[in-house]
Amino acid sequence: MNKTMDSILDSLPAITEGIQNIREILLANAVMFGEIPGPTGQEGARVRFMKDRFHECGCQSICEDEAGNAIAMLPGKKGNRTILVSAHLDTPFFGAVDHTVTVHTDRLEGPGILDNSIGLAAVASLPIILEKLGIELDDNLILMASAKSLGEGNIAGMRFFLENNKVPIRAGILVEGGTLGRLSYASLGMLRGNITCRMPEDYNYMRHGSAGAIPVLNTIIRRLLEIPIPQEPPTHLIMGQVKAGTSYNTAATSGALHFEVRSEQAGMVDAIEKQVKNIVGEVAFSSGFQLELIAAARRMNGSIGYNHPLVESMRAIMERLAVRPSISPSTGELAALIHNHIPGITIGLTRGSKRHELNETADIESMWTGLTNIIGLLQAIDGGFCDEES
Amino acid sequence: MKNLENWIKNNTFHHSQFFDQRELLRQKEKVGASISLCIPTLNEEATIGKEIVIFRSELMERYPLVDEIAVIDSGSTDKTLEVAASFGAHTYFAGDILPEEGHKRGKGENLWKAIYQLKGDIICYVDADIKNIHPRFCYGLVAPLLYRENMHYVKAFYDRPLAFSQGIRPSGGGRVTEILVRPLFSLFYPELTGLIQPLSGEYAVRRKVLERLPFPIGYGVETSHILDVYHEWGLDAFGQTDLDQRVHRNQATTSLGKMSFGILQSFLGRMEKLGMPGQLPEMSSILRQFQAKDNEYLQVEHEIIEEERPPMIEIEGYREKFGI
Repeated sequence: MNKTMDSILDSLPAITEGIQNIREILLANAVMFGEIPGPTGQEGARVRFMKDRFHECGCQSICEDEAGNAIAMLPGKKGNRTILVSAHLDTPFFGAVDHTVTVHTDRLEGPGILDNSIGLAAVASLPIILEKLGIELDDNLILMASAKSLGEGNIAGMRFFLENNKVPIRAGILVEGGTLGRLSYASLGMLRGNITCRMPEDYNYMRHGSAGAIPVLNTIIRRLLEIPIPQEPPTHLIMGQVKAGTSYNTAATSGALHFEVRSEQAGMVDAIEKQVKNIVGEVAFSSGFQLELIAAARRMNGSIGYNHPLVESMRAIMERLAVRPSISPSTGELAALIHNHIPGITIGLTRGSKRHELNETADIESMWTGLTNIIGLLQAIDGGFCDEES
Repeated sequence: MKNLENWIKNNTFHHSQFFDQRELLRQKEKVGASISLCIPTLNEEATIGKEIVIFRSELMERYPLVDEIAVIDSGSTDKTLEVAASFGAHTYFAGDILPEEGHKRGKGENLWKAIYQLKGDIICYVDADIKNIHPRFCYGLVAPLLYRENMHYVKAFYDRPLAFSQGIRPSGGGRVTEILVRPLFSLFYPELTGLIQPLSGEYAVRRKVLERLPFPIGYGVETSHILDVYHEWGLDAFGQTDLDQRVHRNQATTSLGKMSFGILQSFLGRMEKLGMPGQLPEMSSILRQFQAKDNEYLQVEHEIIEEERPPMIEIEGYREKFGI
């Protein structure tokens, strides 16, 4: 008998209950991923672990591609169409950080546990959870742990996969550990830039003074703050990191400013980038320093729309699970899906706190609802309730 | 010591030899053994949750190698039992097991009462304070017992750094092992020096052996087990598995002093029981330590002869000089 969307919604409480009965599977995977360091560009150990998990649950076509993604296929009953489920591998923590995860009765705690050990655990656990719940999809699933997502990684793993993938993808679900209720169906326009500042060998102290790179960076920051930033549509200029200097009594000869511009308005990021370029050029001339603006990562604005059946289905599932959707655009892999005309959303699995701190936490109880979201949506996509009418 | 070299070669394993848990499961079914995992605890709320979650997921849900997981507690005042129970472990207060035998407070008491409480043909003991817990801490120890019928007691050893600049690196146990136990074994039981970490808290043992062993309730339990198993079943009853690194709390020197005191009590007690005081065997002058090269463990023998000088006053030249 063909499923209806109502029957999928009605089955959600039983799915949650079933997941809770095998909760150790997800929790153990989250702990084990969490304890493997995965700084951007050094995700190899996590890839090996993910591939082992794929092997153990009978996936097919398991591989690590050229970009360092771990990928596997879970064949569907019919296998006519394919759904992508992906979580990013990397974390902002260096390998030398103590990655021990602690399991409390109500939460997991450790660096990167929310972003994105829980997401990886969900992808790794999905085949065994579907099997234990007795859910067989008609569609194939491509399960993926994508590399080089964060910061200067510039979602390189997902971009490589989509540029080289030969299998048409019906829809994509991108899994983030946090936060339950997160629903992203649009990608923000975004630019991550580095302004580097270096004193040239023939620097003219008589003309420009001897205060060094820090005042130069200060001038740039002051000028960037003067750029008019519209409040609507929401646009932000974030200055995330400044690096310069070595001691109290030596003028810094080099430095760098890392910033991000993001906007929901198409074209706004490009407009601001032009102004930043002008500022960098002017300050380079007046300071005598060598200044360079390097784009580390870039996203285009895009959206599948609030009324896309994929988004509508997700909202219906969340409503049935009493989860209030928190709709916000993404700067992650979703941009690559939308750019490749693949309907996709990013969702969060659980609640948590202290994101990107060493004692980051992920609540256990809300994970089951988050996983139910994914399984409910997979069934909806599989049942044809998320396709746009052509 | 050819016998010892052969033992090290044949009875020393690495957990990676048993990574295929499907195969292990087939072997378990073939030999028809049941396996219990016992975690003795006292105030371990920080680490017990993770151990239970990992063991249940990997050794029960995915591959049902272990038939039961039990926490036997000495009387924790923190949330150890609450955390363990919340993740599905069977939890027991040691005092409630065999109450007619009374309750003594100590790790050995928990291990001893586990034999009564648990059902397995093989019991694997794993300490609760391991920060980097992994299923290998259980299957690496149980596996040799599934494949080697004549092996009864498999101990863990740890700490092989992946990178070591000299190619050859010192390898061995903790401070108490290297300072107390290895010298004692080298003096009186040279064959037992093949055990790289005789004091490790992780080991798997057949019930038919455990039920015949007396259990010191304190620090001496591991040492006395080794002596008793050696006397009753011989060196071949032992196996040891390299479990790579074990991250745990570092103990203060004063705690190690207490541990050493307990171990000495047990060791001397065993010697007395065996009628050895007064007729001590000839003491060996060879201290055996370990070094590791690649995956090989080599014994390094140091001849240490503690020569002794007489009191100076007994020396003729001294007496002459000072007119004594």
